Amino acid sequence: MTSDQRPLSPHLQVYRWQLTSVMSILHRVAGIALSFGSILLVWWLGAAADGPGPYAAVQNFLGSWLGLLLLFGWSAALFYHLCNGIRHLWWDTGNGFELKTAYATGWAVVIVAAVLTIIAWIAGLHGWSR
Amino acid sequence: MANGQMRSPLGRAIGLGSAKEGVEHWWRQRVTALVLVPLTLWFVIAVIGLVGADRAVFVAWVKSPGPALLLILLLVATFYHAALGLQVVIEDYVHGNAMRLGTLIVMRLLCIAFAVRGIYAVLTIAFGA
Repeated sequence: MTSDQRPLSPHLQVYRWQLTSVMSILHRVAGIALSFGSILLVWWLGAAADGPGPYAAVQNFLGSWLGLLLLFGWSAALFYHLCNGIRHLWWDTGNGFELKTAYATGWAVVIVAAVLTIIAWIAGLHGWSR
Repeated sequence: MANGQMRSPLGRAIGLGSAKEGVEHWWRQRVTALVLVPLTLWFVIAVIGLVGADRAVFVAWVKSPGPALLLILLLVATFYHAALGLQVVIEDYVHGNAMRLGTLIVMRLLCIAFAVRGIYAVLTIAFGA
């Protein structure tokens, strides 16, 4: 059975993106990113258990521009996956499937996730400068 | 479709459908998700409070019973939820039975390994000097 000759669906060249499908893909992408990001958590806990030297190394890395960039991506992915996950749980009760509602909750998730990310970083950077 | 007339009486009783598995995966994903909502919020707030803390402060925090227990719960729920989610991604995108099975096994083992490493670290700090 040759499957490579068959047309792709949806037709990617002429596909019009929409909020709902992009959010669905992003939910999965964020989930994958968070799976790898969880290794950061284990690394941090492990370093703290290993002693002052390893802990300082982790702290230095997380304070570097690369570490801060990773942490920012991790926090944004976390808040997005958390908010959209709650949207999914609400769907699982059989509610919110109307097109208007799906778009409204979609935008709500985007806005709340962005606001939570910004609040977390303002609070975090405030604590850092202390 | 829902009346199940296309299925044998045994098939209906077992209720596993064509995927040969039931709703366990779906349920476990939801239950771990529900557990992770408060755990994640707690963790983010706790981490923000620990920004800039040196190791002594962090160790003292982990040594208190609440954070130690919640961290272990967070590790278990996170890597369980990650394994369930990554399983679906692998089943969707990794083709070929051997490759898919191999990837699934490696992913599961890594999730278990990282969870165990994290729990061991928390216990080491909690019961350490």
